Amino acid sequence: MTVLDTAAPTYDNRTAFAEELLELARADERVVAVCNDSVGSSNLVGFREEFPDRLINVGIAEQNLVGVGAGLAAAGLIPFVCAAGPFLTGRSLEQVKADVAYSAHNVILCGMSPGMAYGELGPTHHSVEDLSWLRALPGLDIVVPADRHQTRQAVRQAVADPRPTYIRVGRHKVPDVTAPTDPLERGRFLLARAGSDVTLIGTGTLVSRALAAADLLAADGIDARVLNAAYIAPLDVEAIRDAATQTRAIVTAEEANISGGLGAAVALTVAAQGRGPVVRALGLSEFAPTGSTDLLLEHFGLTGPAIAAAAREALAG
Amino acid sequence: MMTAHLPQVSIWREVRTAVETGSPDESAAILAEQSRLIRRSVLAMIGRARAGHIGGDFSVTDILATLYFGVLRIDPADPGAPVRDRFILSKGHCAASLYSTLAFSGYFDPAELDTFMGPHSALNGHPNRTKVPGVETNTGPLGHGLPVAVGEALGARLLGHDTRVFVVCGDGEMQEGSNWEALMSAAHYRLANLTLVIDRNRLQQGARTEDTNALAPLADKLAAFGWQVREVDGHDHAALLQAFAPADGARPVAVIANTVKGKGVSFIEDRVEWHHKVPTPDQIDLARKELA
Repeated sequence: MTVLDTAAPTYDNRTAFAEELLELARADERVVAVCNDSVGSSNLVGFREEFPDRLINVGIAEQNLVGVGAGLAAAGLIPFVCAAGPFLTGRSLEQVKADVAYSAHNVILCGMSPGMAYGELGPTHHSVEDLSWLRALPGLDIVVPADRHQTRQAVRQAVADPRPTYIRVGRHKVPDVTAPTDPLERGRFLLARAGSDVTLIGTGTLVSRALAAADLLAADGIDARVLNAAYIAPLDVEAIRDAATQTRAIVTAEEANISGGLGAAVALTVAAQGRGPVVRALGLSEFAPTGSTDLLLEHFGLTGPAIAAAAREALAG
Repeated sequence: MMTAHLPQVSIWREVRTAVETGSPDESAAILAEQSRLIRRSVLAMIGRARAGHIGGDFSVTDILATLYFGVLRIDPADPGAPVRDRFILSKGHCAASLYSTLAFSGYFDPAELDTFMGPHSALNGHPNRTKVPGVETNTGPLGHGLPVAVGEALGARLLGHDTRVFVVCGDGEMQEGSNWEALMSAAHYRLANLTLVIDRNRLQQGARTEDTNALAPLADKLAAFGWQVREVDGHDHAALLQAFAPADGARPVAVIANTVKGKGVSFIEDRVEWHHKVPTPDQIDLARKELA
């Protein structure tokens, strides 16, 4: 049983992302980075210093950014297209659809500082629609690493087996919830904690919070399973079905809109079984007020205690 | 995925060689004949499918014929060769003319053209690279081809490949902002291996371009964005061959090909309603005679 150490150090996943990308670029000349004037915020300064020709900065032009990425992939390179999540997915959604997913060009879209990482900058800068929008696109993998180790693995996997992919690269600091050697398998959730009463499915920043909720529930004698939804697409249908048959309720938690994200995906899978437990989806359904990321996560009920409360209600319901 | 039709590849090779070795007049005559065959094919496809974009298909035909039978360094028998010239039809709604050109180049059996837009056909109303060999990227929504072409040109340079990238945009399509983002990038990166061809037929779906969202002075705008501009008659094969010559210097090349929408069939030419109108059987007979 994993017990979350609340005093554990936390990390900005962009650091692991940048280190891993640079390491891979040294070994494989097909690896290039593309950005929209976001060399700093995408942590690509080191990459630019070492590989100035392989860092393509198209300026503030996100439609061109994604189109250029598709062209680079078509030419035989492995482009990591980096931009703040809201602009990468919202501004260039049609490019992601037509040029990447439908055209099956192996572009690695890196949504930097996703969710509500930009806190007080407000909803224009929050990327909470990305999971809904991108889940609607066939042929696009959606990876949401929960910590620095999974971030490294996601980058490594993208080079080892390039395919159209969106990776959320977190900025809001998170504690480790996996070991460096834990596998990141395409289309699989990770079992973060075994349990048989209720299943908590967290993704990204919410995995450590789901683990905190499990600790609180354990104190009440409730045995919570925690799944780390590192892949939103392809979806781990098997793990969801197991949760639906082996536990009495499912609570999903995501730093994203619930209209089409992880919660919606889980609910659709459970409903398709005909009979299943209650699914409670935690996330956003309105534009955020002004506040820090931590404040906003609390505002939207995305904390350990709030997840635990939702689980108790779901079990009672 | 369809595969190459080798007998047709052999025919394409012969034509390609004849264009390369012929006098300018001979080459132009050969390309004119290929264009006539493409237009006849487009007419038949649209007649069968009862759908398509005949006006734009006919305005871009001579450009396509010149590129595939006279310029592009490609091998239709090996469409995935790592080093090859690239072509993108950004105005993807003119798929019938692209499919005809690809089939006559041998990328797939010309008999497949009969399935155009039919149930489960590989030949969708807009080109799909995962189903049609020779298609480099999926187009349809406007303003997508040029950014992808910029990426291909940049990528070829990074890989040290001697590759030229050609992209054809409609003139109405130049109203899309993404194109102007890409125009800036191509000039910034001095992509001399990139050629943009603008099919300047002066009509868009609903009206004349200049009455909708005027593009003029288009050549000046492109030059101001850092491109080398060449303006030609888009139905003059000899002029197109010259315009498609490699860049002089380090700037990307924009070819403004002045064309007539519906070129080749008198009652279709330069009429806004023929953007995607489908000819009646009688009109098809008349058109076929004009393309005899």
